[in-house]
This record gives sequence, C-alpha cells and structure tokens, in this order.
Amino acid sequence: MQLTNRSKQVSNKEMTLMERAYLPAIAQGLAITIKHFFAKKVTIEYPEVKRYLGPVFRGRHILKRDEQGRERCTACGLCAVACPAEAISMVAAEREKGEETLYREEKYAAVYEVNMLRCIFCGLCEEACPKQAVYLRHDEFVPVFSERDQVIWGKDLLVEDMNDRYTREAWTKEEARALDTKRANGEVTNVVPRPVP
Amino acid sequence: MDLTEFLIKTATIFVVFVLTLVIAMYSTWAERKVAGFIQDRMGPNRAGWGGLLQPLADAGKMFFKEDFIPALANKWLFIAGPSLAMLTALLASAVIPFGSTFRFDGHEVVLQGVESNIGILYVFGVVALGVYGIMVGGWASNNKFSLLGAIRAASQNISYEVAMGLSLIAILMMSSSLSLGEIVAQQHGGNWNIFYQPLGFIIFITCSFAECNRVPFDLPECETELVGGYHTEYGSMKLGFYLFAEYINMFVSSAIISVLYFGGYNYPGMDWVYTQLTGSFGPELGHNIATLIGTAVFFGKALFFIFFYMWVRWTIPRFRYDQLMNLGWKKLIPLAIFNIIITGAAVLFLKPVITAWLN
Repeated sequence: MQLTNRSKQVSNKEMTLMERAYLPAIAQGLAITIKHFFAKKVTIEYPEVKRYLGPVFRGRHILKRDEQGRERCTACGLCAVACPAEAISMVAAEREKGEETLYREEKYAAVYEVNMLRCIFCGLCEEACPKQAVYLRHDEFVPVFSERDQVIWGKDLLVEDMNDRYTREAWTKEEARALDTKRANGEVTNVVPRPVP
Repeated sequence: MDLTEFLIKTATIFVVFVLTLVIAMYSTWAERKVAGFIQDRMGPNRAGWGGLLQPLADAGKMFFKEDFIPALANKWLFIAGPSLAMLTALLASAVIPFGSTFRFDGHEVVLQGVESNIGILYVFGVVALGVYGIMVGGWASNNKFSLLGAIRAASQNISYEVAMGLSLIAILMMSSSLSLGEIVAQQHGGNWNIFYQPLGFIIFITCSFAECNRVPFDLPECETELVGGYHTEYGSMKLGFYLFAEYINMFVSSAIISVLYFGGYNYPGMDWVYTQLTGSFGPELGHNIATLIGTAVFFGKALFFIFFYMWVRWTIPRFRYDQLMNLGWKKLIPLAIFNIIITGAAVLFLKPVITAWLN
C-alpha cells in the first residue's frame, strides 16, 4: 500500500565513471559549503543583542499598582492555589486607617514571596488573579542567581515602581493574536504600549 | 663553519620552529571558526577580539587538567606516544624553504632551516615516523578501541605513503633533484608544477589528507566507531599534544604542497618586482624586501591549503574503512603509476619537441 508519494525507489545500478571519480561531487559539495561560509550568519549574539520575544512572553513576576499607585493585590491566595509548582506564598493583613493611598482594598499582602527556583513560568497565577495584580513581565527574565538568599523574591523586588511602570502592547493572548493579524495585514506599524486595563 | 653562520642558522631554525608552533596554534582557532562559518554560526568569539585568545584559553585548560595515566597502561610508552607525535611533526618543518635568501654584510642566508640535498626524502622519512607516535600511544593505552584506532592509523598511513611516494616520483623525474630548494627554484615565476602535474597533485593532496588523519580519512579517531580512537585514554596536555601534532602536520603538508606544486615563494611577475625593488632600494635592501614578499606569498599559499583542509573537513563525510583501502590501493596507486609513465614519456619525447619548437 502506498501512503505517500515521497518514497524513493532504491536503485542498485552501477555508478557511472563520472560518479566513481568522486571529484565532481566533491567540487559540488565544496561549492555549497563555501557559499555558506560567506553567507550572513543567523546568530543573535545574546547578551549584547536581545531579541523581542513577543507581548505575552512569560518572564519574571511583577505585582502591579493601579493608576493612583495603590497595590492591587488583596492577598486572596488564588494565585498560590493555582500555582502547580507551589512557588507562591503570602501573608495577608488588614488595611489600617490612613493606608488608603497604599492599598486598593481593605485587605492586602503584607508578605508576598515567589520562589524562583520552583516557579515554572506557566502563567497560571496571572490567569487566576481576579484583581489583575500579578503578571509575568514580557521584557525581563529572572536574572541568574548564585546565592540561596537570591532565590526567594519578596515584595521589594516584585512590586511595581511607579516611576518605571510596566506596560505591554497586549495584555491578553486574544489581544496579542489580534495585534499579530493586524501586523501581518500591515495595518499597524507601531503600537504604543498601554498600562493595565 | 664560522660562528656568524652558526648563529644565523640557529636563529633561522628557532624562527621556523616558533612560526610552525604559532601557525599550528592558530589553526585550532581557525578550524573552529571555519567550522562555525560553514555551518552559518559565528564560531568562538568570546575570548579576545574575534576569539583570538581562544588557543591560549584552550592551552591553559589543557595544562591544568589532571594528568591521568590508566593503571594498566604501559607508563613509559604512554608518555612516549604524544612526545613522539609532537617530535616527528616538528622535525619535518626544518627543510622547508620559506623564501629565497637574505643579504646582509656580504652574507647570503637561505631562509630554510637546513639546506639539504635530499630534503624531500627527509620529509618523507620523518612523516613516516609520525605513525609511531599514534601506534605507541594506542598500544600503550591498553584499550581495545585505542589499539584498533592505532592499527587503522598505521595501515592507513602505510598504504597512502605508497601512492604519495609514487605521485612524487613524477615531480622528481621533472626536476631531477631531491632538494626542496632546488625544486622551488625550478618553478621560478609562474612556472609551477601544478600545470604539468594536475593528476599527481590530486593524488598527492588526497594522500596528504590521509597522512594527516584528516576528514574524510580520519578513521583512526572516528568517534562513532572507536570512541576516540588512539587517544581515547589520553587527557590533559598529552591529548593536547596529539591534537596539536595533527595541526602541525597539517601546516607542514600544506607547506610541502605549496613547495612541490605551487612554486613555494615564486609568483608571476616576481622578476619585474625584483628589478623594481633593487632599482629603488639598492641591491641589499631591495633583495631583502623581494624575499619578504616571496615569503609572504609562500605563507599565503600554505595558509590557503590549511583552509582547504578545513573546508574539505566540513564538506565530505568520512570514508568507510574498506572504501579507504580500495581507494588507496586500487585507484590511487595505479593512477600514480600511470602518471609516472605519462610523465616519463613526456619528459623523453614531448619536452625536446617543445623546446625545439620554442627556440
């Protein structure tokens, strides 16, 4: 039974004198390799040149603030529940009077820790979050660490800096896909990144 | 021999020695760079500009690794193996003429380690000894794979030496001299042997690939069949010496190829350049500058053949062992003999006719 048309009949015919001389075939091969020798190299030299990985790449975590600079996280624990690697842990605390400018809701995370050795960057925390507080940055990796105390990231590293807000071109996969189609059609050339919806 | 001459000879040999080592060292860098470029990669580019310090880094690594000798290995021979390989590889470069002569204070110094009237025989003798390094190392390792690799190397080298020697005889018939300096001098200007001996050249270069154990004839060390071949048990600088010896052999054979077939330091229009230089700089300085240009041309040719070795390495897959033997004994040797007959006939009958016609 023939499944595809790609199969090739095996031939045991004697090689011609030209084929047995090897040299023409070798010259052909040499021509191919020298063409590659002068061809443009495809290598992107990583630490110097960084490639754009797309708007929904999952890099290091960030705890977003809202437009008034208040932390969005309410320490509901849904991210920790969703996390398949059990990398997230937190301690909840009640907002005191006078802290309304710091925390958006009455309850907040006094401690929020992500174990970067456990994290598998699946993005389930991002999807689980009802307050749009935790995101995986598309533009930064977790840097290489060499010490144990660099492994667990606390709020000092995770919470967003208001002077250097984290923005993206697309916040959901659907938006990213729509953006890609628009780009492919040539409708969009430059998208201004926007803050959290 | 007076003292000045002795000192000059010592200096020449020292320079030749250092040059061989440096070229071999940077061949390792070039090999990886060429491999990378042919495979659309960058090659080593982290150590120094363009990876130029890579050989030093490699050597440093090699020196600091544990110098391990297997318990059941023959200790003396295990050490003698790489030493022999290195020694024989370095010996051969002594008779290669790198340029014509240097003139100063009435002295005329030949740019050649040893001016020997049997230069090419010396090279052959030393290259034939090179197989001992591999054989001794492979046997002393007390390892079946090493031994098999060494046996393969020995039989391969012996088989291809026959064809190599026969292809060379055609050259010797034309030049009627065994001295490398003399063979080069006869190819003055653009009168290179390649134009008279294209078949001989192809046989010679194929055999030199086999003699250097390079791809497509790198059967002594083919990883897929023999783990690492004769140097399976070697590590540290002893392994480094084996690999280094291969690169030195590569340089020496490239130099020999350019001497025998591509006119060594001769290039078309060299007489015109020579008269111009001596006319404007005087007979001494002008002569020296002309010699330097010739030497540069020689190194250009030799380096091109080193590149060619690498180019072929990343193009052609390895031969099977029986194919290798068939090629050596059933194709190259008859072809070489045929070449000798043709050359003999041409020297006897064609040459007088052509000379008479030209005059």
